[in-house]
Amino acid sequence: MNDKTLVTRRSFASGIALLGLGGPRAWAQGFAGLGRDAEGFATVVPGKALSFPADHGPHPDYRIEWWYLTANLTDANGAAYGVQWTLFRQAMAAGPQADGWANPQIWMGHAAVTSAAVHRSSETFARGGVGQAGATAQPFRAWIDSWEMRGPDSMSNTSIAPLTLTASGAEFNYALRLDTDRPLVLQGDAGYSKKSERGQASYYYSQPWFKAAGSLTIGDRTIDVSGQAWMDREYSSQPLASDQTGWDWFSLHLSSGEKLMLFRLRQLSGTHYFSGNWITPDGRSEQIGSAAIDMTPTASTDVAGRKLPTSWRITIPSRGLAIDTTPLNPMSWMATSFAYWEGPITLRGSHSGVGYLEMTGY
Amino acid sequence: MTRALWVLAVLLSHWRRHPMQLATLLVGLISATALWSGVQALNQQARASYDRAAATFGGARSATLVGRDGATFPQQLFVDLRRAGWPVSPMLEGRVTIGGRSIRLLGIEPITLPAETTATPEIGRAGVQAFLMPPGQTLLAPETLAELALPEGATPEIAGAGTLPPLRMQRQLVPGVLIVDIGVAQRLLHLPNRISRLAIGKTGGARPPLKAVAGDQLRLVEPEAETDLQRLTDSFHLNLTAFGLLSFLVGLFIVNSAIGLAFEQRRPMLRTLRACGVSSRMLNSVLLLELVSIALVAGLIGLVCGYLIAASLLPDVAASLRGLYGADIPGQLQLKPQWWLAGLAISVFGAVAAATASLVKAARLPLLVAAQPYAWQQAQHRWLRWQGAAALLVFASAVGFLGFGDSLTAGFAVLAALLLGAALALPVILGGVLALGERLTRRPLTTWFWADSRLQLSGLSLALMALLLALAVNVGVGTMVESFSRTFTGWLNGRLASEIYLNAASDAQAGEIKAWLAHRPEVTAVLQSGRADVQIAGLPVELLGFADHDTYRDQWPLLDSSAGAWDRVKTGNAALISEQLSRRLKLSLGDRIQVPLTSGPWSLDVVGIYADYGNPKGQLGVVVDALFQRFPYIPRTRFGLRVMATAVPQLMTDIQQRFGLDGRNLADQATVKAESLRIFNRTFAVTAALNAFTLGVAGVALLTSLLTLSNSRLPQLAPLWAIGITRRRLAAIELLKTMSVALITSLLALPLGLSVAWCLIAVVNVKAFGWRLPFTVFPLQLLQLLGVAMLAALLASLLPIIKLLRMQPARLVKIFADER
Repeated sequence: MNDKTLVTRRSFASGIALLGLGGPRAWAQGFAGLGRDAEGFATVVPGKALSFPADHGPHPDYRIEWWYLTANLTDANGAAYGVQWTLFRQAMAAGPQADGWANPQIWMGHAAVTSAAVHRSSETFARGGVGQAGATAQPFRAWIDSWEMRGPDSMSNTSIAPLTLTASGAEFNYALRLDTDRPLVLQGDAGYSKKSERGQASYYYSQPWFKAAGSLTIGDRTIDVSGQAWMDREYSSQPLASDQTGWDWFSLHLSSGEKLMLFRLRQLSGTHYFSGNWITPDGRSEQIGSAAIDMTPTASTDVAGRKLPTSWRITIPSRGLAIDTTPLNPMSWMATSFAYWEGPITLRGSHSGVGYLEMTGY
Repeated sequence: MTRALWVLAVLLSHWRRHPMQLATLLVGLISATALWSGVQALNQQARASYDRAAATFGGARSATLVGRDGATFPQQLFVDLRRAGWPVSPMLEGRVTIGGRSIRLLGIEPITLPAETTATPEIGRAGVQAFLMPPGQTLLAPETLAELALPEGATPEIAGAGTLPPLRMQRQLVPGVLIVDIGVAQRLLHLPNRISRLAIGKTGGARPPLKAVAGDQLRLVEPEAETDLQRLTDSFHLNLTAFGLLSFLVGLFIVNSAIGLAFEQRRPMLRTLRACGVSSRMLNSVLLLELVSIALVAGLIGLVCGYLIAASLLPDVAASLRGLYGADIPGQLQLKPQWWLAGLAISVFGAVAAATASLVKAARLPLLVAAQPYAWQQAQHRWLRWQGAAALLVFASAVGFLGFGDSLTAGFAVLAALLLGAALALPVILGGVLALGERLTRRPLTTWFWADSRLQLSGLSLALMALLLALAVNVGVGTMVESFSRTFTGWLNGRLASEIYLNAASDAQAGEIKAWLAHRPEVTAVLQSGRADVQIAGLPVELLGFADHDTYRDQWPLLDSSAGAWDRVKTGNAALISEQLSRRLKLSLGDRIQVPLTSGPWSLDVVGIYADYGNPKGQLGVVVDALFQRFPYIPRTRFGLRVMATAVPQLMTDIQQRFGLDGRNLADQATVKAESLRIFNRTFAVTAALNAFTLGVAGVALLTSLLTLSNSRLPQLAPLWAIGITRRRLAAIELLKTMSVALITSLLALPLGLSVAWCLIAVVNVKAFGWRLPFTVFPLQLLQLLGVAMLAALLASLLPIIKLLRMQPARLVKIFADER
């Protein structure tokens, strides 16, 4: 096993490790420091009630955190596109949040657009404390460089809507408006999302109901697009166990109106940890146990010298779900400092729909 | 193939019989290759380290944004630019004082630092967390660590700003700079939330125009192919290269005459080989093969010698570059494989070039015709006319360069044209002088003497040209160095007016020392001084603060000043300006200069211009109180003491004992002077060494030419002997002939050398260093060089003369019979 196989899902910690923050010893432990004891950082415990808008802002007491948005879009002709926007935060040390360069937070942004033919991605890094990157709960802002997720003063805290979203990289940029009147959805058990049988967990909530509209530019072509978007908010100090080597993560918009979040954490032992939440059209979020989920790769793609399972069969008998997923663009490779696969997918079978797949650690 | 080997064996047998000749050939090739490659190695080493310096952390290799007026600017501009999509990374640069030593401090922001601006990506991977999180790290090169005489992990105190983060050695770093996190740099330099420049990365999407984000506060500096250091040091390297080239050419003169001699002697052998059925093509191929093999062997030895020369000169070169330009060159010679290949190539190329004439002659060798005395003179006459015309043309172009060019390159072009023209003109002039001598004489032997000297010219002219060039350059460089030395010494006496110089460990100690000195009656004045570094119009400029005291008014030699200059300086609104800075910024008396400060520009009238020899930076002299007022954080630890001369040793001892200052921080005038002169002398050590090499090589060239001639000219001497002139007399005549052409050449070299000196002083130095020295002629030095040249000629002609003296009469008879 080499360093490259050790990728986290929302691979922020890995990117930082590449910068040298983790160091080789951290690698040897597995998840770039995420498996270490969270000394000095607040720990994730069950039963804590999430509160808004406070939880929209940063949680410097916790080691890591992210603001994550994926959108499945189409243009006027029905051609499909995908957009990803992510802001990660990691604290180099626990303790007081000094202003200026003494601030211990490191921020990282990832952005991508995907079409059937093209996938473009970009990344950027920043230190906290000076204003280059950061997040505030009220008014809601999350930004790094010129990339920004922003709510107006009139934003609803319970739905985190409406929002505007912008990012640009080499040869691409996009600007989307996101809106919904549906409230946020708590993932896991009322926002407490277990990541292993040994207690690793995170606080996790989503806004899967966004309607998105705006435009994206690939090369010199600007396209008006609209569709659905999904926002994830997650923070933790130690979300992964040391023997977990990577994960496969789905966020699915089913045409029947349900939303489905699923993940598989691959473990060195070979017995993987599954979890998910079934979100009913009326907004109820029901956790799905590890034993109730079956995820099997059906086809793989050679990307960047690795073999990635880009097509899957997913069955959840208890929900009457049996679907096959295919990628919009099997080459949706995030060629960032710490590389992973992330891109839009379509699903067929008992349910149809679209969604996003992220695979790390390959 | 076997036949070729046999031919080669026959040809090589010549060298076995004439080992001296082989030795000369090898010496020529080796010295040409050695000097050339040695100089190349030095240049390569220096250039590599400039590149390293330039590439480190957003040097000149990447585009940067700097403040409009060169001052630091608010950090918020960095944030605004990032938020507008500009991939910029902030840096803050300044100088800090550690134990009395001023050193460059560079604050970087490793998270945004564009990968392409980091010469040492290892720094990025070596643990950004350790670098960023308290206590942080101070990265520095091993050389700098050694210079500070501190162990890794030490946290030295910065005068007035707390301690540096623990020192950590980084092998890839350039010497002379401390690298810390930008936050640390802002604290240590007392510049919170300020930035001195932004490196621009290559990545990123669309970005708005700079003006839309930063107004006109920032200025874009495009990446430069050539760095400031390279530009500054160009003159120095041009100088070295010129010497290397000169030595190479002089070495080729030797090769040329050695091969010419070998050809003359092997002529019968070649004829015999051809007669035995060796084709002309085979013979010429084997001759070429022989030459290339010799060149390769000599090239290899030459490269080793070149390496040794470079290694032995490197400390001086490094000292010169540091002293003159503030460029840090590591003392360990590192050579690339290309250097070795290029050295071998130049050796082979040189050998073939020098042998072309002989090879062509061999190719056209008539098979059956016996050797004929050459119609030398007619051929020579035609040739000389062409050469004279060429010389005139080259001289004209020298005048052209002088008139039109305003650059360093133009200066060197003038020099090159001057030397080349003189070399071309030399045989013409010598021919003229000898013809004149011939016309003025009546006696047959004397007439023959002049005529034969003229005949000899074509064979000797290359060697004489070498001698002329070597001598002229020696005269030129010698005059320049001597002029400089005198000016420098006089200037030093004026500038170092205080009897004792001291640098306290801290402002507090400085206060104690001053209080203590107040009770010492022998101290007549305590002259506080201070230094600050700024950038004006992109140039590093030193602000020198001096006390308002008669010492300076009386002793500081000003090149030019306005009325009441000292009184105006006293107000804090006027400054003295160094000659370099006035030339670089084109400032003269009455002009105004703006010093960028965080609080707004400090406007100063230029009221005086002073010489500041040997300082790589421009300098502004202001009154020290005004300086401290504008730069409150600079250390106030330096001062000079005016003391009665007799009391100096005792006072020094007392200060030393009481305040524990060592030699680095306490020195008397004589020591400081000696140290300055030592540095100065080192600066020219390289020039002097190369000078000596060149003259030596020219001597060897003369020797080999004479050896060649003495052999080929025996047929001319044999008839003289036959008509009854003794060998002793013949030898005396030969010696006289050589010495007289050498003397004429040397005399010609003197005015040429003085022109070279003038060109160096008035054109090259001004462009390269920014100073103009008074031009002085040193007759004694010239006489001395003349003596050395004549001695070299004497030594060179001795061997052929002795050979002639000892020649068996039978041999002369044989030659007389054979060739006539």
